[in-house]
Amino acid sequence: MSSKGLSNSIRKWVFVLIVPVLLLVILGSIGGSDHKLNLQSAHVNLDDKESLQRGAKYFVNYCMGCHSLKFNRYNRVAKDIGLTADNGFSDDDVVNLLRENLIFTRDEEGKPVKVGSLMENAYPPKAAKMAFGASVPDLSLVGRSRGPDWIYTYLKGFYLDDSRPMGVNNTVFKDVGMPHVLGNLQGWQVKEEAHGKDGEHGAPVLKLAKPGKLNAAEYDRVVHDLTNFLTYASEPAQLSRKTIGIFVLLFVILFFLVALALEKEYWKDIH
Amino acid sequence: MATGTQATGLLGWIDERFPLIETWKAHMSEYYAPKNFNAWYYFGVLAMLVLVIQIVSGIFLTMHYKPDAQLAFASVEYIMRDVPGGWFIRYLHSTGASAFFIVVYFHMFRGLMYGSYKGKRELVWLIGMVIYLALMAEAFMGYLLPWGQMSFWGAQVIINLFNTIPVIGNDLSLWIRGDFVISDPTLNRLFAFHVAAVPLILVALVFVHIVALHKVGSNNPDGIEIKALKNEKGIPLDGVPFHPYYTVHDIPAIAAFFFVFFGIIFFMPEVGGYFLEHANFEPANPLKTPEHIAPVWYFTPFYTILRSVTLSPFAGTVAMFGAIIMLFLLPWIDRNPIKSWRYRNTAHMFNIAIFAVVFIVLGYLGVKPVTDELKELGVRMTEIYFLFFAVLYAHSNSSKPGRYLIWFIVLAGIVFLIDFYRYNPEAVESAKQIKWQWIWPIGYLSVTLLLPFIVRPCNAEKPVPERVTS
Amino acid sequence: MSDSDSNTGVDKKRRRMLIGATAVVGAAGTAAFATPLLMSWMPSARALNAGAPVDVNISKVEPGQQLTVIWQGKPVWIVKRTEQMLKDLPANVPLLKDPDSAVDTQQPAYAKNEIRSRKPEILVLIGICTHLGCSPTYRPELAPADLGPEWKGGWYCPCHGSRFDLAGRVFKNVPAPTNLVVPPYYFKTDNLLLVGEDGGAA
Repeated sequence: MSSKGLSNSIRKWVFVLIVPVLLLVILGSIGGSDHKLNLQSAHVNLDDKESLQRGAKYFVNYCMGCHSLKFNRYNRVAKDIGLTADNGFSDDDVVNLLRENLIFTRDEEGKPVKVGSLMENAYPPKAAKMAFGASVPDLSLVGRSRGPDWIYTYLKGFYLDDSRPMGVNNTVFKDVGMPHVLGNLQGWQVKEEAHGKDGEHGAPVLKLAKPGKLNAAEYDRVVHDLTNFLTYASEPAQLSRKTIGIFVLLFVILFFLVALALEKEYWKDIH
Repeated sequence: MATGTQATGLLGWIDERFPLIETWKAHMSEYYAPKNFNAWYYFGVLAMLVLVIQIVSGIFLTMHYKPDAQLAFASVEYIMRDVPGGWFIRYLHSTGASAFFIVVYFHMFRGLMYGSYKGKRELVWLIGMVIYLALMAEAFMGYLLPWGQMSFWGAQVIINLFNTIPVIGNDLSLWIRGDFVISDPTLNRLFAFHVAAVPLILVALVFVHIVALHKVGSNNPDGIEIKALKNEKGIPLDGVPFHPYYTVHDIPAIAAFFFVFFGIIFFMPEVGGYFLEHANFEPANPLKTPEHIAPVWYFTPFYTILRSVTLSPFAGTVAMFGAIIMLFLLPWIDRNPIKSWRYRNTAHMFNIAIFAVVFIVLGYLGVKPVTDELKELGVRMTEIYFLFFAVLYAHSNSSKPGRYLIWFIVLAGIVFLIDFYRYNPEAVESAKQIKWQWIWPIGYLSVTLLLPFIVRPCNAEKPVPERVTS
Repeated sequence: MSDSDSNTGVDKKRRRMLIGATAVVGAAGTAAFATPLLMSWMPSARALNAGAPVDVNISKVEPGQQLTVIWQGKPVWIVKRTEQMLKDLPANVPLLKDPDSAVDTQQPAYAKNEIRSRKPEILVLIGICTHLGCSPTYRPELAPADLGPEWKGGWYCPCHGSRFDLAGRVFKNVPAPTNLVVPPYYFKTDNLLLVGEDGGAA
C-alpha cells in the first residue's frame, strides 16, 4: 500500500500539473501579435441613473432622427432609468415627461405613439441608403455587438477628412458613412499620425482644430452618458440580473450544505 | 421501503401491471456501483441534468420564438426584453448548451483515463459517441435559430462542408438548404430538427446508454471489475447500492454545478463572447461576413483540424470527421487489458495528458484568426491528435519495448514525409514555421515512445489490485 | 431504508431529518426555478402595450349610433343613446334577469345604476356575449318582426339568441347568465373618452 500508493499519488500530481504546464509552453511559444483596436475605457456605470437619464435625452435628440432603438419600449426605459414612483414621479408625470422629452414619434394616424411602444422611428431605410451610402443601423444591441468601449471611443474618434462625403472619418470605424452629429458640441478634430517610440504601432493622435460648444471634459461626459444609456439599452435585464443572482447563489450554497450533510451521514456506512 | 416480496396498496396495484419495484431495484436500490468513484464520476449525472434543463428551457423558448427569417432575430430580443422572465429562460438555454459540452468532454475524458470503454463496455462507449454526435448536430442547428450574423455565417460554412463531397456535393448542400443560400426554408427545417427530431433521439440514446451500462456495470478509477468478488449474498464486495449512496452523493455535486451555472447566467452570460458571440447580436446579413468569424468554442478543436488540412477541401472535411470517427474506434485501438492509467506505464499517462492539452490548444486555435505561425501550430496539433491513436495502439502491449522504436521511426517518418510535401522555400514565413514547429510532434513521439524504450521504469506497468483503493 | 447494511450506529432520526431538510430546500429551489418559466405565460410588454387604454373621440358619434373600438383586442361599443331610448329603459325591467346590476363583476361602481353609465347618454360596453363569447348584433330599431313587439332596442346574439337591452342588461329566458360587461373608462374632456382606466378616484 505505502510505496505503491506514494508513487501513484506522485503520478497523480504529475498528471494534474502536466496539462497546465504544457499548455503554457505551447501557447507561450506563440508570438502575441493580435491587432487589437486601441479602445478607451467607457467606465460604464448603470447605477448612475442621472447619467442614464441624460444619455436617454441625448439619444432621442441627437441620434434618434436616424437611428431607431427598436427593441426598447419608452415606458420600460423610463422605469429603468429611474423615472419611478420611488423617485417621486407619478404615472402621469412619467407619461408627461416621456411626451415632453423622449417621444417625438407619431403613429400612422398621426397620433403620438403609446408610451409602451417600441422606440422605432420613421426614417426610411432607402432614404438612408441614398443619403449615407449605407442603411442606418438600429442601436438596440450595439452595446453588446460592439461593446461600450467601442461606442465611447467611436463617439470621440471623429476627425476631419476631405476625402469622405460627410467630411469626416473615424479612428475606430474606417470610412464611416455617418456625419459627426456631435461636432457642434465637441468641435472638429484633425488626425496627426503618431511617430511615438514604437513607430507605426502608436495610436493616431487627434487634435482639436476648431472648438465646439463644450470643453473636453463636458464632451467626455456627454459621450459617457450616451454610452451608459446604450449599454443599458442593449440588455435591460442586466439592471436586475446581478441582484437576483446573489440571492440565487446564496440559496444554492444553502442547498449544497444541507445536501453535503446528508451525503456525509449516509457515507458513514461505507468503509 | 417495500422489503417484503409483495407490495400492497396503490404500489401493489401498479406493480402487478408494471415492473416498478423490479426496475427500481435493478437500476437504483440493488444496482451496485463501485464505492471508489471520484469527482470525475459526477459528469454523467450532470450531463443528464443539463439535458433536462435544455429540454425544459427549450420548450418554454419555443412558446415565444418565431422560426421565420423575417421574425426570428426580433423574437429572440422579444424574449430577452418583453416576455416576463424571458431573459432567464434564454440564458438557461444558451449557457446550458456550453455546459452540456463541458460536462460531456469531462465525461469522455474520464472514460479515456480509466479505460471505461473496455471489458464489454464497447457498446456503452459507442452509444455515448452517437450521443455526442447528436449533441453536436443539435447544438449546430440551435445556433442558427437566433438568426444573428454568427448563426448565419456559421451555418453557411458548416453546410458548405457538404459541397466538398465529390460529385454530389453541390446538389446535396442545395437540398439541405432548400435554397441557394441559407434562408427561411433552411431555418424552418433546422428548427424542426432542433426542437423535435434530435431531442427525441437524444433522450432515447441516453436511455439506451444507461441500460447498456447497467447490464455490464460501472467501471471505476482503478479499472477493477467489482463483480469479480462477491459476498455470500452475491453482492460485490466493493459495490454499494446506487440508491441511497450515490443519489445522496450526487446531490451536493449538482448543487456545486448549479453554483457555477447560475453564476454564469446571472453574472456573465456571454462569458466574454464565448458562450454568446458578440457578432450574433447583429441580425443575419447575407451580404456581409463578420470581420472575424469563429464557431462556438465547443466546435473549435474540429474546426482547427478542418482548417489545417489544406490538401483539398474534401480532405479537410474527411480529416474533421475522421477525428471524430477515431474516437468511435477507441475500444479497438487501445487493446491493453489494463483499464486505468493508474496501473499503465508512465508513457501512457503522458500520452493521455498530452492528448488533453492538444485538444485544448486545437480549440484555442479555432477561435483565433489564421497567421502563418498559428496555422502551422494547428497542423502540428492535428498531427499529434491523430498520432495519439497510433501511440495508444503501440502501448497496447508493453512487453516488447523494442517495438516502440520501430513505431517511433515509422510515425516520425510519416511526419517528416508530410513536411517534405508541404515545404516550399519560397513561402518564406510558412517554411520558417515548418522548420521549427516539427518539434511538437517529434517531442510528443519521443516522450511517449522513445522514453519508455530508453528509460525502462517509464514502461513499467503495475499489478492491478484485487480490491479497489479509496 | 438500508436496514440490511449496518445495524451499528445508524442514527435514523438524523437521517430522516436530513432527508426532510434536503427535500424541503430542493422543493423550494425547484419552485423558484419554475416560477420564471410559468410567469413567461403572463402578457408580455408587447401584449400590455397593445392592451393599453385607448383614447376615443366621441364628438362625431350621432345620437342612436354605435361606435366600435378595440381595447385589449376586444370590441368595445360606445353608443350615444337618444332621449327616447333612455325613456324606454324602465319598461324592460320586469323582463330582465338583473335589472339593478347586482352582479358586481359586470361593471365598475360608477356604472352600477339603472342606465349603467357615467353619463346618461353615453353607454360603454364590452361587446362580448356573457354566454360563450360571441359578439352580439346592435339592433336599435323598435319591435322588428324577428325580435317581437316588446323589443325596445338592444343587442341580439346570433350564436345562441341571447338578448340585451340598451343598457346592456340581459333578458330572462336566454342562455346568457349576466349583463354585458362595462369596462373601466372616464371622460378626459366632454368628447374624449379613455377606455381602460378609471381615471383615479372614479
